[in-house]
Amino acid sequence: MTTVIVIAIYLGLLLGLALFAKTLFRGTSKDYFVASHSIGPFMLLMSVFGTTMTAFALVGSTGKAFGTGIGTYGLMASSSGLIHAACFLFIGIKLWAIGKRYGYVTQIQYFRARFESKAFGYLLFPILVLLVIPYLLIGIIGAAKTIEGVTKAKLKPSGDLIAPGVFPEWTDNGAIPPWFTGLVICIVVLTYIFAGGSRAAAWANTFQTIVFMIMGVLAFYLISGELGGVGAAIEQAKDTHKVRTVDGTVGVSQLTFLTYMFIPLSVGMFPHLFQHWLTAKSAKSFKLTVVAHPICIAIVWVPCVLIGIWASGQLPAGANPASILSIMVSKLVADPLIVGLVTAGILAAIMSSLDSQFLCLGTMFTNDIMLHDSKKTYTDKQTLLMARGFIVAIVIVIYIISLILLQQEKQFIFGLAVWSFSGFAALTPLVIAALYWKRSTKTGAYACVIAVFVSWLIFFSMSGFGGELHILGGVTPAAIMWFIGAGAMIIGSLVSQPPSEKTLTKFF
Amino acid sequence: MTKKRIIFIVFVLLLLLHQDSWNWDNANLILGFMPVGLFYHACYSLVAALFWGIVMKVAWPTELEEWAEGGAESPEGGSK
Repeated sequence: MTTVIVIAIYLGLLLGLALFAKTLFRGTSKDYFVASHSIGPFMLLMSVFGTTMTAFALVGSTGKAFGTGIGTYGLMASSSGLIHAACFLFIGIKLWAIGKRYGYVTQIQYFRARFESKAFGYLLFPILVLLVIPYLLIGIIGAAKTIEGVTKAKLKPSGDLIAPGVFPEWTDNGAIPPWFTGLVICIVVLTYIFAGGSRAAAWANTFQTIVFMIMGVLAFYLISGELGGVGAAIEQAKDTHKVRTVDGTVGVSQLTFLTYMFIPLSVGMFPHLFQHWLTAKSAKSFKLTVVAHPICIAIVWVPCVLIGIWASGQLPAGANPASILSIMVSKLVADPLIVGLVTAGILAAIMSSLDSQFLCLGTMFTNDIMLHDSKKTYTDKQTLLMARGFIVAIVIVIYIISLILLQQEKQFIFGLAVWSFSGFAALTPLVIAALYWKRSTKTGAYACVIAVFVSWLIFFSMSGFGGELHILGGVTPAAIMWFIGAGAMIIGSLVSQPPSEKTLTKFF
Repeated sequence: MTKKRIIFIVFVLLLLLHQDSWNWDNANLILGFMPVGLFYHACYSLVAALFWGIVMKVAWPTELEEWAEGGAESPEGGSK
């Protein structure tokens, strides 16, 4: 019960922070969507980093390392340190400048103007929403599985009871049921998004990012202590997990490792990151984010990957990847207070992404669909109502889908996240061409988005809707889709008329 | 050689160094607890941070910042 109380206190603190952020809210739609461009370097770093690192970082990395071994870090973490920072510097700052100069709050507003096509927004909007959905789902599923893992009855391998679950009268295994955790998480996130929009999200993300970074290190320290120290812990891990050599399902091929480098490009097209970039007070606010992001990734991912490797020697191979971290914490660290703190850290990582994603969907719907080309003039209050209404609707839809997925025996947190990232990564030729290639045109943009989306659908269905897929001897689909998107952009642009002089003067 | 070209070359070099084929099946431990392949990539993260720190110093897009605030006439800093 102590564990549940600690988690409840954490959620209460978060709501308290939301109330504080509400006092800073200026009541305008600009403040709701982009915090009136007022966020400084530290909060920008924390909110961008917190948003990028979701269940994927703590829960997914541990689960993936448990299944694949040390290659997990190189696959996503070290490559992200290089590629994410490059995207922040060469895409983020430029989009911030354009957004600030012309008052854009969504990517679609920029693309519509740059490619001289109002209809382009109606093509891109549903695709961006569709790609964000798996990202949202992994957050809710990750939270639900984590809470279930730490609150259920603890059993010996023989089946004998070690400790009963927290609520034995509620569920068979005594755990808090996943539907309830998902519901609570959605309500808490909705509450602070309602309270203050992107400003509240920035404050909440800063708090949550600090919490999950500290708790990740704490989990590492305590678990290693229980295993007899870091040296003893690694000795107990399976040898197959200490190298990248392919051995059954463990390890990673050279080709897969190489082509995974395309996936971190996704941050260049994340709509929620675009919105965070626009909250920056000045371009200088980006400096800390660009430099510190790779270090923050290392602080979170190295301990989690090591815990996943240690788990290979502690847990049966068939254990649910989404529950590895929570099982390791609750099995090895018996103190319910610590289990509660670490679990709060996991929830922090998850919610710091969920809020931004929900908010960006509301922002896009309001600005790109409802207000775009509207003959009616809306007040700021009506605009905010629209954004909040859409956020509630999308939360309900996501929650229902997550309930369906939670019925499945195994949830592939890492796999679903990779599919979401892959789609966004494959769309980066769109933004790169828009920013750096004057000759890129509307036709090229349409061709790029359609080609990427069709190829994404094909590959996603080939994967069994969320499983891992490698083709041509190990190539990750993101790499192939990226080249398809880039090729479509180039061909489509070259066979069509160049953009007007007015557009080129505006953006170059 | 221009600053931009040097940055690009170092960036490509870092991309190549990420592959570290030579560590693939090396099971040795660094400091008694960190597999070589993981240690290498943890260090790689720090090198990436250092690299971007240097890029910030030598190639900061000042003109873009001015343009965003309504100053310079084009994002590249030139006048039209």
